[in-house]
Amino acid sequence: MSLAPDPIKRALNGGAPAAAEPLIFEVSRPGRRAVAQSPLATVAVALPAALKRKTPAALPQVSELQAVRHFTRLSQLNFSIDTHFYPLGSCTMKYNPRACNTLAMLPQFLGRHPLAPESHSQGFLACMYELQEILKDVTGMAGVSLTPMAGAQGEFAGVAMIRAYHQARKDEARTEILVPDAAHGTNPATATMLGMKVREIPTDAQGDVDVEALKAVVGPQTAGIMLTNPSTLGVFERNIKLIAQIVHEAGGLLYYDGANLNAILGEVRPGDMGFDVIHMNLHKTFSTPHGGGGPGAGAVGVSERLRPFMPIPVVGKAGDAYKWLDERDLPQSIGRLSTFMGNAGVLLRAYIYARLLGREGMHRVAEFATLNANYLQTRLRERGFDLAFPTRRASHEFIVTLKRQKQAIDLTATDIAKRLLDYGFHAPTVYFPLLVPECLLIEPTETEDKETLDSFVEALCAIWEEAKQDIAFVKGAPYTMPVRRLDDVRAARQLNLRYQPG
Amino acid sequence: MSKIPSELKYVKSHEWVKKLPDGSVVIGITDHAQEALGDLVFVETPKVGRKLAAGEACAVVESVKAASDVYAPIAGEVIESNPTLADTPETINTDPYEGGWMWKLKPSNPAEIDGLLDAAGYEKSLAD
Repeated sequence: MSLAPDPIKRALNGGAPAAAEPLIFEVSRPGRRAVAQSPLATVAVALPAALKRKTPAALPQVSELQAVRHFTRLSQLNFSIDTHFYPLGSCTMKYNPRACNTLAMLPQFLGRHPLAPESHSQGFLACMYELQEILKDVTGMAGVSLTPMAGAQGEFAGVAMIRAYHQARKDEARTEILVPDAAHGTNPATATMLGMKVREIPTDAQGDVDVEALKAVVGPQTAGIMLTNPSTLGVFERNIKLIAQIVHEAGGLLYYDGANLNAILGEVRPGDMGFDVIHMNLHKTFSTPHGGGGPGAGAVGVSERLRPFMPIPVVGKAGDAYKWLDERDLPQSIGRLSTFMGNAGVLLRAYIYARLLGREGMHRVAEFATLNANYLQTRLRERGFDLAFPTRRASHEFIVTLKRQKQAIDLTATDIAKRLLDYGFHAPTVYFPLLVPECLLIEPTETEDKETLDSFVEALCAIWEEAKQDIAFVKGAPYTMPVRRLDDVRAARQLNLRYQPG
Repeated sequence: MSKIPSELKYVKSHEWVKKLPDGSVVIGITDHAQEALGDLVFVETPKVGRKLAAGEACAVVESVKAASDVYAPIAGEVIESNPTLADTPETINTDPYEGGWMWKLKPSNPAEIDGLLDAAGYEKSLAD
């Protein structure tokens, strides 16, 4: 086992975690400035006196060098995919190839104004049109709109289209959305935001949707069902065709949450499974750095019957020319979701990523993502860890439950998560999905090598061993980070989010 | 082992129900539920006057791990909500069956209470 330097030794020898960086306000001194960065002294627009502030803004007063050092030091405290293995389940924290970034930042893309005429935007429009076509092809949908600016907005657009479809048919009693209890929390939230009633469907012991329970609740009130496949339990929903049939026969539509698209990319298509609408988290599956709250891109794909309702604008092609399609082309559209057409930079990265992969590469994403997950799952089972669904093959992620360790030695998922940081690994997702007690949801993604996966297994085993010897030591972790174990309960109960001068 | 007082009635979804002499009932979540959720940081109780159907999601308990719905065990009208939980949600952790009560209900059909699980039945449902 090669885990140098030994994290325990580092901890016990006073392994000198870096001192926490002070707030930039704390190094502020009155009158200190970065003159070279100062704005022009002249005021370009004469604001009415009533709108001008009476007192100066409470900004930190530091030199340019202080600002540079402060933010550089903060950046060095990051625990990120560029520095560490990051197996955060349900999040697809894959490595984002540098080329996607470089090419999306070509000056011709960066300099394009969103109000530039179509004749000046043909290059950008061509990329967006091709991205629409690629996504249609890889998901098996009839139409794609790229405009939603995040996964949540893509979900919103998807359910809004389902609602618009039923309303257009005067089938307005359909106000209920079915959601399996293993769903992402965003699914019921989305349905509720759109004024739908949410009804939960239970999951059976094997991790599949309980088909009998589904049959019992579908009816003339059913607007649709929201599903993630593979589900958040890390297993493929085997009855998907049957589920599609039951919901369709009842008059409802099927919504595919693209959170776990990475597992099936190029292998199985949601359109072929019977889904009517899908949102894709392009920032996850198609490579934009994420996890810091954005920006995202939640493109939506639709079946033929939902095409008229797609959010606008969509890119169309007439002869050799690309053009925006808007209200005139799609009069039944659910409308616009942003001022222009979504997060252009994220969409460009997705396009470049798709082009770098090509059709063959797209398959390999799913194949390696699932191979890595199954390898990790098998290794951890061999070393004595309990799987939540031991009889099932993993998708791109899988669940370990520490229920037994918790009962025997009080070792919790949080303890493992915190101690893993000392071993140089970001924690997997913990305590999600809610159905499994003390769980770790592990998603290695396709971009990790075998050596990294092996050392992750060794770290988990080492922590379990440490816990058997001295649980108090593990509960004190992390030891090598800038801060020790944070009081997350107090942080949630006493919100203190803003620096308040004085 | 979590506490399951024998004088209360229970629902599989981890709510308890206590009959009061005036015919109303008090509702909260069980010791097992608070233990599984961990330290609570936020509680939302139903508004007084709200009419609830049995099984309706009507309250929320949020811990550092998860936010969960709490369901109405029986139908009825909310006549009081525990005002202390907004500031001290941890009362549910420390005292789930007394100080941590969530809301009082005037049952639409008092006979519904008899159909709920008793302590032994709830304990069995935990073992399943």
